Amino acid sequence: MKDSDIKRLLYIHLSCIFSVILSIFIPSFFLENFSILETHLTWLCICSVFVTAVNLVLYLVVKPNASSKRSSLSYKVTRFLKCCVYFLMSCFFFHVIFVLYGAPLIELVLETFLLAVLLSTFTTVPCLCLLGPNIKAWLRVFSRNGLTSIWENSLQITTISSFIGTWLGAFPIPLDWERPWQVWPISCTLGATFGYVAGLVISPFWIYCNRKQLTYKNN
Amino acid sequence: MQKISVLLFLVWVCFLFYAGIALFTSGFLLTRLELTNHSSCQEPPGPGSVPWGSRGEPGACWMASRFSRVVLVLIDALRFDFVQPQRSYVPGEPSVSLPFLGKLGSLRRILETQPHHARLYQSKADPPTTTMQRLKALTTGSLPTFIDAGSNFASYAIMEDNLIKQFTSAGRRVVFMGDDTWKDLFPGVFSQAFFFPSFNVRDLHTVDNGILEHLYPTMDSGEWDVLIAHFLGVDHCGHKHGPHHPEMAKKLSQMDQVIQGVVEHLENDTLLVVIGDHGMTKNGDHGGDSELEISTALFLYSPTALFPGAPPEEPKVVPQISLVPTLALLLGLPIPFGNIGEVIAELFSEVEDTQPHSSALAQATALHLNAQQVSRFLHTYSAAAQDLQVKELHRLHDLFSKASAEYQRLLQSPQGAEAALQTVITELQQFLRGVRAMCIESWARFSLVHMAGGAALLAAACFLCLLVSQWATAPGFCLHLLLLVPMIWGLAGVVVCAGLLACAGLKLDPVVLGAMAAVGSLLPFLWKAWAGWGSKRPLAALLPIPGPVLLLLLIRFAALFSDSFVVAEARATRFLLGSLILLLVAQLHWEGKLLPPKLFTTPRLGFSAPTSPPRHNGMHALGLGVGLLLCVRLAGLFHRCPEETPACHSSPWLSPLASIVSGRAKNLWYGACVGALVALLAAVRLWLCRYANLKSPEPSVLFVRWGLPLMVLGTAAYWALASGADEAPPRLRALVAGASVVLPRAVAGLAASGLMLLLWRPVTVLAKPTIGAPRTRTVLTPFSGPPTSQADLDYVVPQIYRHMQEEFRGRLERSKSQGPLTVAAYQLGSVYSAAVVTALTLLVFPLLLLHVERISLVFLLLFLQSFLLLHLLAAGIHITTPGPFTVPWQSVSAWALMATQTFYSTGHQPVFPAIHWHAAFVGFPEGHGSSTWLPALLVGANTFASHLLFAVGCPLLLLWPFLCESQGSRKRRQPPGNESEARVRPEEEEEPLMEMRLRDAPHHFNVALLQLGLKYLFVLGVQILACALAASVLRRHLMVWKVFAPKFIFEAMGFIVSSVGLFLGLALVMRVDGAVSSWFRQLVLAQQR
Repeated sequence: MKDSDIKRLLYIHLSCIFSVILSIFIPSFFLENFSILETHLTWLCICSVFVTAVNLVLYLVVKPNASSKRSSLSYKVTRFLKCCVYFLMSCFFFHVIFVLYGAPLIELVLETFLLAVLLSTFTTVPCLCLLGPNIKAWLRVFSRNGLTSIWENSLQITTISSFIGTWLGAFPIPLDWERPWQVWPISCTLGATFGYVAGLVISPFWIYCNRKQLTYKNN
Repeated sequence: MQKISVLLFLVWVCFLFYAGIALFTSGFLLTRLELTNHSSCQEPPGPGSVPWGSRGEPGACWMASRFSRVVLVLIDALRFDFVQPQRSYVPGEPSVSLPFLGKLGSLRRILETQPHHARLYQSKADPPTTTMQRLKALTTGSLPTFIDAGSNFASYAIMEDNLIKQFTSAGRRVVFMGDDTWKDLFPGVFSQAFFFPSFNVRDLHTVDNGILEHLYPTMDSGEWDVLIAHFLGVDHCGHKHGPHHPEMAKKLSQMDQVIQGVVEHLENDTLLVVIGDHGMTKNGDHGGDSELEISTALFLYSPTALFPGAPPEEPKVVPQISLVPTLALLLGLPIPFGNIGEVIAELFSEVEDTQPHSSALAQATALHLNAQQVSRFLHTYSAAAQDLQVKELHRLHDLFSKASAEYQRLLQSPQGAEAALQTVITELQQFLRGVRAMCIESWARFSLVHMAGGAALLAAACFLCLLVSQWATAPGFCLHLLLLVPMIWGLAGVVVCAGLLACAGLKLDPVVLGAMAAVGSLLPFLWKAWAGWGSKRPLAALLPIPGPVLLLLLIRFAALFSDSFVVAEARATRFLLGSLILLLVAQLHWEGKLLPPKLFTTPRLGFSAPTSPPRHNGMHALGLGVGLLLCVRLAGLFHRCPEETPACHSSPWLSPLASIVSGRAKNLWYGACVGALVALLAAVRLWLCRYANLKSPEPSVLFVRWGLPLMVLGTAAYWALASGADEAPPRLRALVAGASVVLPRAVAGLAASGLMLLLWRPVTVLAKPTIGAPRTRTVLTPFSGPPTSQADLDYVVPQIYRHMQEEFRGRLERSKSQGPLTVAAYQLGSVYSAAVVTALTLLVFPLLLLHVERISLVFLLLFLQSFLLLHLLAAGIHITTPGPFTVPWQSVSAWALMATQTFYSTGHQPVFPAIHWHAAFVGFPEGHGSSTWLPALLVGANTFASHLLFAVGCPLLLLWPFLCESQGSRKRRQPPGNESEARVRPEEEEEPLMEMRLRDAPHHFNVALLQLGLKYLFVLGVQILACALAASVLRRHLMVWKVFAPKFIFEAMGFIVSSVGLFLGLALVMRVDGAVSSWFRQLVLAQQR
């Protein structure tokens, strides 16, 4: 592992953070009355699209893992379709989990689903970019001693911090402060976003600080 | 005996907790007995003629009325210095800067221009200074405490005699507008009422504007005798912004306009009263007893002259409840029976002094009537309750009789006695003040010392649990010493304390004595801990709880300090439980126990090989987790809303089936409920069958086979009768009534007899040892003679167990029809958990009967989810065969969380109106007559059913991993499981020993049970500690009496029930252990013969 890798990681993460920030400011130039809290669903969609787009672009530009052996068009298409299916499945999976955690079943379905989409954007899309539609690889990354590169390490950190952020976002909901951001699912989406950004910031530094201790199995 | 000392140790720890709870409660929860006697017009409060023209006038009772109508403007949180600045409050500061000053200008103006018509008083409210308690005080004239032990907990309606009741019984029309708290307190007494929601503290204007819309039209319409307007804006402004906010100035100016408007609309026969129910602190809170909270304003105004003199420079200080007797006598009504307030004497003076002493005589008359009424109340109260001091009572009684005699004498000879009248007045006032002081002493004062002591005791007990649960696994742990020394010290503490108290001549208070005993026994323990700790171990070992669980406990601890989280605890608990479940699954994955490739390295499960293989594949654990989440979510559908969240809708399924109108829906639901019962029964039987405990001829097993279906039948029949009782043909009415009495009792009796049987013969093992079988001899050859010591027995037991397995294996092989070697040998391996599960099932049915029918679905879910949780937890536990066995913290906290979650999903809430009172009438449709303990028991069993069940089932946490051992091995065996292989299996490949591993290491078994109990007590103890701390820290909080205090009471009761249940569960396991031992002993003896 070289310092240049970490530097590259930092730049990539900075551009991801930048995409989140852009999603807050850009739409206000085009849309009237745009604000995160009041037109929350719009922002959710825009943020998801921005982050996905940046992730894809970065994936195409950086190509963190060595390109696969086959590169026929049909293979790429099936791979892409598979990725889409995985993404949708993860959205539904998160939706189910939210409902099991106590989200309303019938009311606010759209809101809950968009939260699921946002969380999928923060977690599943990087997984798909980095690891491809390969559940076994995902499971490997998220277990002890399963990491093989700093990319996977940073993926692990950002994903877990997104989850924790969403989880923490649920805490203010019962409080009687009557703030607009306490409404379901706004606090959770904000929590997810903050968690994601925090993960993006933390992971390069954490890797840098622990670069002596970290050893990766090379497959 | 080690078992006994384990149980005794647990009893001691429970005693520490109980002492802490009792001490805290004695300081925090003030109690008073509610009397339901009423004063009436015809019945004067005491002997002596009623002189003041009452006979002539209709409508006047004890005294002639001076006003026929009254307008009561109640401004919530009208602190005294809002009306008149007090120099003492703002020393040095320029008082002009405060926004609330000088805003009520009309009062000042009236006082200056019409000094004979108006008066301002500083009225002192009694704590607790919360609106509901103050309203109660302002109408009954007594000192309401949090628990007014009355006949009715189910509603907030005032049962005592009160002003409103007196108004209505005298035929006065009472019109109310404002805060809807009055609706709960006085249901259906107002001739006209405009209620506005009071709950939203942030809303400053709804209530006030609503009142203003109706106030003047109503006043002008003249269709009222008593008009009450309760404004909330000032109070809400205090809560939202605090008193030092410009918004408060606006609000007070609005109130000023209101008062001015009302004064302009007044007619000559009307009295205007403006009063604040309590004050507020500098932050706008109230509830406690600080000067700012208790000082409120009281302003009286009459369009006719009322006072002979001009108002004094500094307003007089009167107790708030003085208003009650004063208003009653001014309006010519009887004083409410329970009033202990003193009339404001100067209101009863004559304005035009026609006779020399008429003013003084009128005052003396009012005071005498007041004193007679108070004396009558004291007499009745002290006959019904013993909490007043006897000595003081006697002194007051003497004072009263003296003053009364003097007064009577003066009435007979009214000559020349201005001075004598003044003495009588002074004496009567002394009497009334003495009574009030005595009542305050015993009813209305938090004891901070008791509260702090109780909380400290609870904290120390929690710490002890944590410490001992960690020590228990250390080698060389000796319980006897740990137990004996504290006992002696505790006794010493009691003796010393009792001696000191006796020397000081104080009353012996059992609560204080118990607390002293607890402290006395704790001190040497903590000392020893401190001494033993000091150098040896690092401080980090103090926190043996793993990080995530610690975080969970902390969240739970902190959540009890927020009223919103207490109100939303049902949802929060589900959320935390879900988080814990997913965390467990994720942890299993993280540890690599879920990943398929590493799974099947299949270490052999030998007798001496302690390696525990991962027993589940990935999908299995994930399935368990999702299933658990699903169960939790489904159980959440049976949720009852707290009344503080108006947007939430309670589940319609919590009503009894009898309330369903549509016959078809009723039948469907009935079918579903009976289906749930049958499923529950089938599941338990299937489980027992799987672990082969149904084959034994023991009576308890026979009971499970035949008695349980009977109980199901009885329950189903009872439900059918209860839900369709009205539809029964008239001829069968008597039969139906009889059956609905007999059936629940029969089910309860069956359950009780089943439990008795279980305790009598808890070993559910099919034992047919064939004496003299050749293999037996070989196994037992090392032994000659019966076992003499415990060590011998310990050695023998595995041998016998192995022998029995051989027996069954041989038998099974003989009967070829059976599958691979699975069933018969397991029954010894699950003997403990079989007993616990049977006991739980027996407990469930009577508890089910106490609930509404549809809750049976929740109970089915409860069994299912605890089963799934146990499996999930067992998947993460690594068994070390020779011991020590431990139950991890996450198991215990998940179990406790699930108990709380089930409490909520069975339709309960920790507030008194939400208690299921109907449970008291199950099996007793006619009521209970005078006995109170039986209905209390029934209602308590209904409310704390989940606490009881989970506490009794607690040992399963220890036992389940051993049970799951069999599954893993069976699963592995099945692929090659044809019989030829099984037969040639080498000798050392044993059947899993399961729970017999525990039996093999009795010391570790006992220690593990102790540790389990302590950990569970710790988790519960932390909750009760948080509740106690929250209640004491937030005793000024708006929601103290509505949220925190009830939560504390429910948590304390739940703790007591849980600890008793835990004790019973552990004792049951130990009883089974003892029975298994004696069973083995008999077996050995039989072998020897």
